[in-house]
Amino acid sequence: MDWIIGIIVLIVKLGLVLVGLLLLAAYLVWVERKFLARLQIRYGPNRAGKFGLLQPIADALKLMVKEDTVPEAADRILFLLAPAVVATSALLMFAVVPFGSHLTLWGKKIPLVITDLNVGLLYVFALSSLGVYGVALGGWASNSKYSLLGGIRGAAQMISYELALGLSLVPIVMHAGSFSIVDIVNAQAKYPFILLQPFAFVIFIVSAMAESKRIPFDLPEAENELGAGYHTEYSGMRFGLFFLGEYVHMQVLGAFVAVFFLGGWRGPLLPAPVWLFIKIILVALIMIWIRGTLPRLRYDQLMAVGWKVLIPAALLNIMVTGAILLI
Amino acid sequence: MTIYSIIFYILALLILVSTGLAITRRNLVHAVIYLVFSFFGSALLFYLFGAPLLAVLEVIIYAGAIMILFLFIIMMVKVETSEERMFPLNQWLPAAVIGLLYLAIGALLVSSAPGKDIPLEMALTHPKEFGQYLFQRHWLSIEIVSLLLLIALIGALHLGRRKREEKIEEKP
Repeated sequence: MDWIIGIIVLIVKLGLVLVGLLLLAAYLVWVERKFLARLQIRYGPNRAGKFGLLQPIADALKLMVKEDTVPEAADRILFLLAPAVVATSALLMFAVVPFGSHLTLWGKKIPLVITDLNVGLLYVFALSSLGVYGVALGGWASNSKYSLLGGIRGAAQMISYELALGLSLVPIVMHAGSFSIVDIVNAQAKYPFILLQPFAFVIFIVSAMAESKRIPFDLPEAENELGAGYHTEYSGMRFGLFFLGEYVHMQVLGAFVAVFFLGGWRGPLLPAPVWLFIKIILVALIMIWIRGTLPRLRYDQLMAVGWKVLIPAALLNIMVTGAILLI
Repeated sequence: MTIYSIIFYILALLILVSTGLAITRRNLVHAVIYLVFSFFGSALLFYLFGAPLLAVLEVIIYAGAIMILFLFIIMMVKVETSEERMFPLNQWLPAAVIGLLYLAIGALLVSSAPGKDIPLEMALTHPKEFGQYLFQRHWLSIEIVSLLLLIALIGALHLGRRKREEKIEEKP
Protein backbone atom coordinates (compact mmCIF):
# COMPACT_ATOMS: atom_id res chain seq x y z
CA MET A 1 0.00 0.00 0.00
CA ASP A 2 2.81 2.36 0.92
CA TRP A 3 4.40 2.33 -2.48
CA ILE A 4 1.12 3.18 -4.19
CA ILE A 5 0.79 6.28 -1.98
CA GLY A 6 4.43 7.06 -2.76
CA ILE A 7 3.79 6.93 -6.50
CA ILE A 8 0.63 9.04 -6.20
CA VAL A 9 2.51 11.68 -4.17
CA LEU A 10 5.32 11.66 -6.73
CA ILE A 11 2.93 12.09 -9.66
CA VAL A 12 1.10 14.92 -7.90
CA LYS A 13 4.43 16.66 -7.22
CA LEU A 14 5.56 16.21 -10.82
CA GLY A 15 2.23 17.54 -12.12
CA LEU A 16 2.30 20.60 -9.88
CA VAL A 17 5.89 21.48 -10.77
CA LEU A 18 5.29 20.96 -14.50
CA VAL A 19 2.12 23.07 -14.60
CA GLY A 20 3.78 25.76 -12.48
CA LEU A 21 6.85 25.86 -14.72
CA LEU A 22 4.87 26.07 -17.95
CA LEU A 23 2.55 28.79 -16.64
CA LEU A 24 5.44 30.78 -15.26
CA ALA A 25 7.34 30.39 -18.55
CA ALA A 26 4.34 31.75 -20.47
CA TYR A 27 3.99 34.73 -18.13
CA LEU A 28 7.74 35.38 -18.06
CA VAL A 29 7.40 36.06 -21.78
CA TRP A 30 4.70 38.61 -20.94
CA VAL A 31 6.82 40.13 -18.14
CA GLU A 32 9.82 40.34 -20.44
CA ARG A 33 7.86 42.02 -23.24
CA LYS A 34 6.21 44.49 -20.87
CA PHE A 35 9.34 45.34 -18.90
CA LEU A 36 11.54 45.58 -21.99
CA ALA A 37 8.95 47.83 -23.60
CA ARG A 38 9.01 50.10 -20.56
CA LEU A 39 12.83 50.24 -20.70
CA GLN A 40 12.54 51.30 -24.35
CA ILE A 41 9.70 53.78 -23.63
CA ARG A 42 6.98 51.76 -25.40
CA TYR A 43 3.79 50.13 -24.12
CA GLY A 44 4.40 46.49 -25.02
CA PRO A 45 1.48 44.10 -25.59
CA ASN A 46 -1.77 45.74 -24.42
CA ARG A 47 -4.51 44.43 -26.75
CA ALA A 48 -5.35 40.90 -25.53
CA GLY A 49 -7.10 41.30 -22.19
CA LYS A 50 -6.37 43.85 -19.47
CA PHE A 51 -2.69 44.99 -19.66
CA GLY A 52 -2.24 42.38 -22.39
CA LEU A 53 -2.52 39.65 -19.75
CA LEU A 54 -4.05 37.18 -22.22
CA GLN A 55 -1.20 37.67 -24.70
CA PRO A 56 0.75 34.51 -23.63
CA ILE A 57 -2.37 32.39 -24.15
CA ALA A 58 -2.95 33.93 -27.58
CA ASP A 59 0.70 33.30 -28.46
CA ALA A 60 0.55 29.68 -27.33
CA LEU A 61 -2.64 29.08 -29.37
CA LYS A 62 -1.07 30.67 -32.43
CA LEU A 63 2.08 28.55 -32.14
CA MET A 64 0.08 25.35 -31.73
CA VAL A 65 -2.21 25.79 -34.74
CA LYS A 66 0.54 27.01 -37.09
CA GLU A 67 1.80 24.64 -39.75
CA ASP A 68 4.83 22.63 -38.71
CA THR A 69 7.15 22.75 -41.72
CA VAL A 70 10.27 20.69 -42.32
CA PRO A 71 12.74 21.92 -44.96
CA GLU A 72 13.15 19.48 -47.84
CA ALA A 73 16.92 19.15 -47.44
CA ALA A 74 16.76 18.75 -43.66
CA ASP A 75 17.75 15.63 -41.75
CA ARG A 76 14.15 14.84 -40.86
CA ILE A 77 14.39 12.83 -37.63
CA LEU A 78 17.06 14.97 -35.98
CA PHE A 79 15.26 18.13 -37.12
CA LEU A 80 12.07 16.95 -35.42
CA LEU A 81 13.83 15.81 -32.23
CA ALA A 82 16.15 18.75 -31.52
CA PRO A 83 13.56 21.18 -30.00
CA ALA A 84 12.36 18.46 -27.64
CA VAL A 85 15.92 17.99 -26.33
CA VAL A 86 16.17 21.68 -25.45
CA ALA A 87 12.80 21.83 -23.68
CA THR A 88 13.13 18.50 -21.83
CA SER A 89 16.65 19.07 -20.54
CA ALA A 90 15.57 22.44 -19.13
CA LEU A 91 12.41 21.05 -17.51
CA LEU A 92 14.18 18.04 -15.98
CA MET A 93 16.61 20.23 -14.06
CA PHE A 94 13.82 21.21 -11.69
CA ALA A 95 13.69 17.66 -10.34
CA VAL A 96 16.35 18.47 -7.72
CA VAL A 97 15.21 21.98 -6.69
CA PRO A 98 13.77 21.97 -3.14
CA PHE A 99 10.66 24.12 -2.70
CA GLY A 100 10.64 23.93 1.10
CA SER A 101 11.68 21.54 3.86
CA HIS A 102 8.71 19.17 4.16
CA LEU A 103 4.96 19.00 4.44
CA THR A 104 3.14 16.89 7.04
CA LEU A 105 -0.03 15.31 5.62
CA TRP A 106 -1.98 12.69 7.64
CA GLY A 107 1.01 12.10 9.87
CA LYS A 108 3.37 11.45 6.96
CA LYS A 109 6.35 13.62 6.09
CA ILE A 110 6.41 14.63 2.44
CA PRO A 111 9.66 16.34 1.40
CA LEU A 112 9.02 19.32 -0.86
CA VAL A 113 11.46 18.22 -3.55
CA ILE A 114 10.91 15.74 -6.37
CA THR A 115 14.11 13.83 -5.70
CA ASP A 116 17.07 14.51 -3.42
CA LEU A 117 19.95 12.98 -5.39
CA ASN A 118 23.25 12.88 -3.53
CA VAL A 119 24.86 14.16 -6.74
CA GLY A 120 22.15 16.76 -7.39
CA LEU A 121 24.49 19.54 -8.42
CA LEU A 122 26.27 17.34 -10.95
CA TYR A 123 22.92 16.13 -12.27
CA VAL A 124 22.11 19.74 -13.14
CA PHE A 125 25.39 20.03 -15.04
CA ALA A 126 24.78 16.78 -16.86
CA LEU A 127 21.41 18.04 -18.09
CA SER A 128 22.72 21.46 -19.00
CA SER A 129 25.49 19.85 -21.06
CA LEU A 130 22.89 17.70 -22.85
CA GLY A 131 20.94 20.84 -23.74
CA VAL A 132 23.81 21.72 -26.10
CA TYR A 133 22.72 18.85 -28.37
CA GLY A 134 19.40 20.50 -29.06
CA VAL A 135 21.11 23.67 -30.27
CA ALA A 136 23.91 21.98 -32.21
CA LEU A 137 21.72 19.33 -33.85
CA GLY A 138 18.89 21.75 -34.56
CA GLY A 139 21.39 23.94 -36.39
CA TRP A 140 22.97 21.06 -38.28
CA ALA A 141 19.78 19.22 -39.22
CA SER A 142 18.15 22.33 -40.74
CA ASN A 143 20.74 22.19 -43.55
CA SER A 144 20.95 25.96 -43.85
CA LYS A 145 24.10 28.00 -43.44
CA TYR A 146 22.59 30.42 -40.94
CA SER A 147 21.33 27.59 -38.78
CA LEU A 148 24.63 25.75 -39.02
CA LEU A 149 26.61 28.83 -37.98
CA GLY A 150 24.21 29.38 -35.09
CA GLY A 151 24.55 25.76 -34.02
CA ILE A 152 28.35 25.85 -34.15
CA ARG A 153 28.45 29.09 -32.20
CA GLY A 154 26.01 27.68 -29.66
CA ALA A 155 28.05 24.51 -29.13
CA ALA A 156 31.34 26.42 -28.76
CA GLN A 157 29.85 29.00 -26.42
CA MET A 158 28.07 26.52 -24.20
CA ILE A 159 31.01 24.15 -23.70
CA SER A 160 33.33 27.09 -22.97
CA TYR A 161 31.09 28.60 -20.34
CA GLU A 162 30.14 25.27 -18.79
CA LEU A 163 33.69 25.05 -17.39
CA ALA A 164 33.45 28.42 -15.66
CA LEU A 165 29.97 27.55 -14.46
CA GLY A 166 31.15 24.30 -12.89
CA LEU A 167 34.30 25.76 -11.38
CA SER A 168 32.42 28.71 -9.85
CA LEU A 169 30.30 26.29 -7.83
CA VAL A 170 33.19 24.25 -6.41
CA PRO A 171 33.63 26.65 -3.43
CA ILE A 172 29.90 26.26 -2.67
CA VAL A 173 30.32 22.50 -2.53
CA MET A 174 33.40 22.98 -0.32
CA HIS A 175 31.38 25.08 2.14
CA ALA A 176 28.36 22.78 2.16
CA GLY A 177 30.40 19.56 2.10
CA SER A 178 27.88 17.90 -0.22
CA PHE A 179 26.64 17.76 -3.82
CA SER A 180 23.04 17.38 -2.68
CA ILE A 181 20.97 20.50 -3.34
CA VAL A 182 18.93 19.93 -0.17
CA ASP A 183 22.14 19.86 1.90
CA ILE A 184 23.42 22.99 0.16
CA VAL A 185 20.23 24.86 1.09
CA ASN A 186 20.41 23.56 4.66
CA ALA A 187 24.02 24.72 4.96
CA GLN A 188 22.76 28.27 4.39
CA ALA A 189 20.50 28.23 7.46
CA LYS A 190 22.52 31.00 9.14
CA TYR A 191 23.55 33.20 6.22
CA PRO A 192 23.27 32.86 2.44
CA PHE A 193 26.44 31.94 0.52
CA ILE A 194 26.41 35.20 -1.44
CA LEU A 195 28.02 36.83 1.62
CA LEU A 196 30.77 34.19 1.75
CA GLN A 197 31.33 33.90 -1.99
CA PRO A 198 30.59 37.17 -3.81
CA PHE A 199 33.15 36.38 -6.56
CA ALA A 200 31.69 32.95 -7.17
CA PHE A 201 28.28 34.62 -7.44
CA VAL A 202 29.46 37.01 -10.16
CA ILE A 203 31.23 34.27 -12.12
CA PHE A 204 28.21 31.99 -11.81
CA ILE A 205 25.68 34.54 -12.96
CA VAL A 206 27.76 35.70 -15.96
CA SER A 207 28.47 32.19 -17.16
CA ALA A 208 24.91 31.06 -16.50
CA MET A 209 23.63 33.89 -18.67
CA ALA A 210 26.00 32.76 -21.39
CA GLU A 211 24.70 29.21 -20.97
CA SER A 212 21.14 30.37 -21.48
CA LYS A 213 22.16 32.31 -24.62
CA ARG A 214 20.60 35.62 -23.69
CA ILE A 215 21.76 39.11 -24.60
CA PRO A 216 24.66 40.04 -24.25
CA PHE A 217 25.59 36.43 -25.06
CA ASP A 218 22.99 35.68 -27.76
CA LEU A 219 25.48 35.04 -30.58
CA PRO A 220 23.93 31.67 -31.56
CA GLU A 221 20.76 33.50 -32.60
CA ALA A 222 22.17 36.92 -33.47
CA GLU A 223 19.26 38.31 -35.51
CA ASN A 224 21.12 40.83 -37.60
CA GLU A 225 23.77 38.37 -38.77
CA LEU A 226 22.15 34.94 -38.80
CA GLY A 227 18.42 35.39 -39.29
CA ALA A 228 17.47 33.63 -36.09
CA GLY A 229 20.50 31.34 -35.79
CA TYR A 230 19.90 27.70 -35.00
CA HIS A 231 16.10 27.97 -35.07
CA THR A 232 15.79 29.91 -38.35
CA GLU A 233 14.09 27.01 -40.13
CA TYR A 234 11.66 26.09 -37.36
CA SER A 235 8.00 27.02 -37.29
CA GLY A 236 4.93 26.44 -35.17
CA MET A 237 5.21 24.58 -31.89
CA ARG A 238 8.72 23.29 -32.63
CA PHE A 239 9.92 26.86 -32.56
CA GLY A 240 7.69 27.21 -29.49
CA LEU A 241 9.64 24.43 -27.78
CA PHE A 242 12.94 26.26 -28.32
CA PHE A 243 11.26 29.34 -26.92
CA LEU A 244 9.83 27.41 -23.98
CA GLY A 245 13.27 25.94 -23.30
CA GLU A 246 14.74 29.43 -23.14
CA TYR A 247 12.17 30.70 -20.65
CA VAL A 248 12.31 27.56 -18.51
CA HIS A 249 16.06 28.06 -18.55
CA MET A 250 15.54 31.55 -17.13
CA GLN A 251 13.56 30.03 -14.26
CA VAL A 252 16.16 27.32 -13.78
CA LEU A 253 18.81 30.00 -13.58
CA GLY A 254 16.75 31.97 -11.05
CA ALA A 255 16.11 28.86 -9.00
CA PHE A 256 19.79 27.90 -8.92
CA VAL A 257 20.98 31.39 -8.09
CA ALA A 258 18.48 31.24 -5.22
CA VAL A 259 19.54 27.74 -4.15
CA PHE A 260 23.29 28.24 -4.33
CA PHE A 261 23.66 31.84 -3.23
CA LEU A 262 20.47 33.30 -1.76
CA GLY A 263 19.49 30.58 0.72
CA GLY A 264 16.96 28.74 -1.47
CA TRP A 265 13.48 28.70 0.03
CA ARG A 266 14.59 30.29 3.29
CA GLY A 267 13.12 33.66 4.31
CA PRO A 268 11.10 35.23 7.09
CA LEU A 269 7.28 35.29 7.46
CA LEU A 270 6.14 34.07 4.02
CA PRO A 271 5.87 30.32 3.26
CA ALA A 272 8.89 28.65 1.67
CA PRO A 273 7.70 28.18 -1.96
CA VAL A 274 6.69 31.86 -2.09
CA TRP A 275 10.22 32.90 -1.15
CA LEU A 276 11.69 30.71 -3.86
CA PHE A 277 9.21 32.20 -6.34
CA ILE A 278 10.15 35.77 -5.33
CA LYS A 279 13.86 35.02 -5.76
CA ILE A 280 13.29 33.41 -9.17
CA ILE A 281 11.31 36.44 -10.37
CA LEU A 282 13.94 38.81 -8.99
CA VAL A 283 16.74 37.09 -10.93
CA ALA A 284 14.58 37.00 -14.07
CA LEU A 285 13.85 40.72 -13.81
CA ILE A 286 17.55 41.51 -13.42
CA MET A 287 18.28 39.41 -16.52
CA ILE A 288 15.64 41.31 -18.52
CA TRP A 289 17.11 44.58 -17.27
CA ILE A 290 20.57 43.48 -18.45
CA ARG A 291 19.05 42.56 -21.82
CA GLY A 292 17.59 46.04 -22.10
CA THR A 293 20.92 47.67 -21.20
CA LEU A 294 23.83 45.89 -22.83
CA PRO A 295 24.68 45.34 -26.52
CA ARG A 296 25.82 41.95 -27.86
CA LEU A 297 29.44 40.91 -27.39
CA ARG A 298 31.69 40.21 -30.37
CA TYR A 299 32.60 36.55 -30.86
CA ASP A 300 36.27 36.93 -29.90
CA GLN A 301 35.29 39.02 -26.87
CA LEU A 302 32.91 36.27 -25.80
CA MET A 303 35.62 33.61 -25.97
CA ALA A 304 38.18 35.88 -24.30
CA VAL A 305 35.85 36.63 -21.38
CA GLY A 306 35.11 32.94 -20.90
CA TRP A 307 38.60 31.48 -21.16
CA LYS A 308 40.87 34.30 -20.04
CA VAL A 309 38.82 35.98 -17.32
CA LEU A 310 36.13 33.73 -15.85
CA ILE A 311 37.97 30.39 -15.75
CA PRO A 312 41.21 31.75 -14.16
CA ALA A 313 39.15 33.80 -11.69
CA ALA A 314 37.11 30.72 -10.76
CA LEU A 315 40.28 28.62 -10.28
CA LEU A 316 41.81 31.31 -8.11
CA ASN A 317 38.63 31.52 -6.09
CA ILE A 318 38.76 27.75 -5.47
CA MET A 319 42.38 27.96 -4.26
CA VAL A 320 41.70 30.89 -1.94
CA THR A 321 38.58 29.23 -0.52
CA GLY A 322 40.49 26.00 0.02
CA ALA A 323 43.29 27.82 1.83
CA ILE A 324 40.83 29.67 4.07
CA LEU A 325 38.89 26.50 4.86
CA LEU A 326 42.13 24.69 5.80
CA ILE A 327 43.22 27.48 8.14
CA MET B 1 14.54 -12.54 -12.04
CA THR B 2 14.18 -9.29 -10.13
CA ILE B 3 13.19 -5.97 -11.62
CA TYR B 4 16.85 -4.91 -11.43
CA SER B 5 18.03 -7.71 -13.66
CA ILE B 6 15.26 -6.94 -16.15
CA ILE B 7 16.41 -3.30 -16.27
CA PHE B 8 20.00 -4.50 -16.60
CA TYR B 9 19.25 -6.60 -19.67
CA ILE B 10 17.22 -3.81 -21.29
CA LEU B 11 20.11 -1.39 -20.75
CA ALA B 12 22.65 -3.90 -21.98
CA LEU B 13 20.63 -4.39 -25.16
CA LEU B 14 20.36 -0.61 -25.62
CA ILE B 15 24.12 -0.18 -25.23
CA LEU B 16 24.99 -3.03 -27.59
CA VAL B 17 22.54 -1.96 -30.30
CA SER B 18 23.46 1.74 -30.17
CA THR B 19 27.20 1.01 -30.15
CA GLY B 20 26.74 -1.36 -33.08
CA LEU B 21 24.83 1.30 -34.98
CA ALA B 22 27.46 3.90 -34.07
CA ILE B 23 30.27 1.96 -35.74
CA THR B 24 28.28 1.03 -38.85
CA ARG B 25 26.57 4.32 -39.79
CA ARG B 26 28.03 6.17 -42.77
CA ASN B 27 26.57 9.50 -41.67
CA LEU B 28 29.02 10.81 -39.08
CA VAL B 29 26.52 12.93 -37.16
CA HIS B 30 24.19 9.94 -36.80
CA ALA B 31 27.11 7.81 -35.60
CA VAL B 32 27.92 10.40 -32.93
CA ILE B 33 24.29 10.48 -31.78
CA TYR B 34 24.20 6.68 -31.45
CA LEU B 35 27.43 6.81 -29.44
CA VAL B 36 25.82 9.38 -27.14
CA PHE B 37 22.92 6.98 -26.62
CA SER B 38 25.44 4.27 -25.77
CA PHE B 39 27.12 6.52 -23.17
CA PHE B 40 23.72 7.33 -21.78
CA GLY B 41 23.01 3.62 -21.40
CA SER B 42 26.30 3.07 -19.56
CA ALA B 43 25.50 6.00 -17.28
CA LEU B 44 22.16 4.42 -16.39
CA LEU B 45 23.95 1.13 -15.82
CA PHE B 46 26.31 2.82 -13.35
CA TYR B 47 23.30 4.32 -11.62
CA LEU B 48 21.66 0.91 -11.42
CA PHE B 49 24.80 -0.47 -9.78
CA GLY B 50 24.58 2.18 -7.06
CA ALA B 51 27.24 4.58 -8.35
CA PRO B 52 25.38 7.81 -9.09
CA LEU B 53 28.59 9.86 -9.12
CA LEU B 54 30.10 7.76 -11.92
CA ALA B 55 26.80 7.88 -13.79
CA VAL B 56 26.69 11.66 -13.71
CA LEU B 57 30.38 12.02 -14.58
CA GLU B 58 29.87 9.70 -17.56
CA VAL B 59 27.14 12.00 -18.88
CA ILE B 60 29.00 15.25 -18.15
CA ILE B 61 32.39 14.22 -19.53
CA TYR B 62 31.65 11.75 -22.32
CA ALA B 63 28.16 12.61 -23.55
CA GLY B 64 28.30 16.29 -22.61
CA ALA B 65 31.83 17.38 -23.47
CA ILE B 66 33.77 14.93 -25.63
CA MET B 67 30.92 14.03 -27.96
CA ILE B 68 29.98 17.70 -28.35
CA LEU B 69 33.55 18.35 -29.46
CA PHE B 70 33.26 15.49 -31.98
CA LEU B 71 30.03 16.99 -33.27
CA PHE B 72 31.62 20.43 -33.36
CA ILE B 73 34.52 19.22 -35.51
CA ILE B 74 32.20 17.30 -37.85
CA MET B 75 29.99 20.36 -38.29
CA MET B 76 32.98 22.67 -38.80
CA VAL B 77 34.83 20.69 -41.46
CA LYS B 78 31.67 19.36 -43.17
CA VAL B 79 32.84 15.82 -43.88
CA GLU B 80 31.01 14.25 -46.81
CA THR B 81 29.60 10.84 -46.01
CA SER B 82 32.30 8.37 -47.02
CA GLU B 83 31.54 6.09 -49.94
CA GLU B 84 30.96 2.36 -49.55
CA ARG B 85 34.21 0.44 -49.55
CA MET B 86 35.75 -2.55 -47.83
CA PHE B 87 38.65 -1.89 -45.57
CA PRO B 88 41.93 -3.29 -46.93
CA LEU B 89 42.91 -6.70 -45.58
CA ASN B 90 46.00 -5.48 -43.75
CA GLN B 91 43.73 -3.32 -41.59
CA TRP B 92 41.34 -6.15 -40.87
CA LEU B 93 44.05 -8.48 -39.55
CA PRO B 94 45.27 -6.50 -36.52
CA ALA B 95 41.69 -5.59 -35.62
CA ALA B 96 40.67 -9.24 -35.70
CA VAL B 97 43.73 -10.37 -33.69
CA ILE B 98 43.20 -7.74 -30.98
CA GLY B 99 39.48 -8.44 -30.87
CA LEU B 100 40.03 -12.17 -30.41
CA LEU B 101 42.68 -11.55 -27.75
CA TYR B 102 40.28 -9.27 -25.89
CA LEU B 103 37.53 -11.89 -26.13
CA ALA B 104 39.85 -14.61 -24.79
CA ILE B 105 41.02 -12.50 -21.85
CA GLY B 106 37.44 -11.55 -21.06
CA ALA B 107 36.29 -15.17 -21.11
CA LEU B 108 39.26 -16.16 -18.93
CA LEU B 109 38.47 -13.46 -16.38
CA VAL B 110 34.81 -14.34 -16.21
CA SER B 111 35.41 -18.07 -15.85
CA SER B 112 38.27 -17.89 -13.34
CA ALA B 113 37.14 -15.03 -11.07
CA PRO B 114 36.94 -16.18 -7.46
CA GLY B 115 33.52 -15.83 -5.88
CA LYS B 116 31.81 -15.40 -9.21
CA ASP B 117 28.77 -17.29 -7.94
CA ILE B 118 28.21 -15.05 -4.93
CA PRO B 119 25.91 -12.18 -5.86
CA LEU B 120 27.09 -8.81 -4.59
CA GLU B 121 24.94 -7.08 -2.06
CA MET B 122 22.97 -4.02 -3.11
CA ALA B 123 24.85 -0.90 -2.11
CA LEU B 124 24.87 2.81 -2.82
CA THR B 125 28.09 4.80 -2.76
CA HIS B 126 28.15 8.32 -1.48
CA PRO B 127 30.34 10.69 -3.50
CA LYS B 128 32.34 11.53 -0.36
CA GLU B 129 33.30 7.91 0.31
CA PHE B 130 34.12 7.38 -3.33
CA GLY B 131 36.42 10.41 -3.34
CA GLN B 132 38.17 9.35 -0.15
CA TYR B 133 38.72 5.83 -1.47
CA LEU B 134 40.08 7.16 -4.75
CA PHE B 135 42.42 9.76 -3.29
CA GLN B 136 43.67 7.66 -0.36
CA ARG B 137 44.40 4.43 -2.21
CA HIS B 138 45.00 5.47 -5.79
CA TRP B 139 46.52 8.92 -5.53
CA LEU B 140 49.58 7.93 -7.54
CA SER B 141 47.55 6.81 -10.55
CA ILE B 142 45.51 10.00 -10.40
CA GLU B 143 48.67 12.08 -10.38
CA ILE B 144 50.05 10.14 -13.34
CA VAL B 145 46.84 10.59 -15.30
CA SER B 146 46.69 14.30 -14.56
CA LEU B 147 50.32 14.68 -15.65
CA LEU B 148 49.41 12.95 -18.90
CA LEU B 149 46.54 15.37 -19.44
CA LEU B 150 48.85 18.30 -18.71
CA ILE B 151 51.33 17.03 -21.31
CA ALA B 152 48.51 16.72 -23.86
CA LEU B 153 47.39 20.25 -23.06
CA ILE B 154 50.88 21.70 -23.49
CA GLY B 155 51.31 19.71 -26.71
CA ALA B 156 48.07 21.07 -28.14
CA LEU B 157 49.08 24.59 -27.16
CA HIS B 158 52.48 24.14 -28.84
CA LEU B 159 50.94 22.87 -32.09
CA GLY B 160 48.42 25.70 -32.12
CA ARG B 161 51.02 28.38 -31.50
CA ARG B 162 53.43 27.11 -34.13
CA LYS B 163 50.74 27.30 -36.78
CA ARG B 164 49.83 30.83 -35.82
CA GLU B 165 53.45 32.02 -35.94
CA GLU B 166 53.89 30.50 -39.41
CA LYS B 167 50.80 32.34 -40.57
CA ILE B 168 52.11 35.64 -39.26
CA GLU B 169 55.41 35.10 -41.06
CA GLU B 170 53.68 34.34 -44.34
CA LYS B 171 51.70 37.55 -44.41
CA PRO B 172 54.28 40.22 -45.32
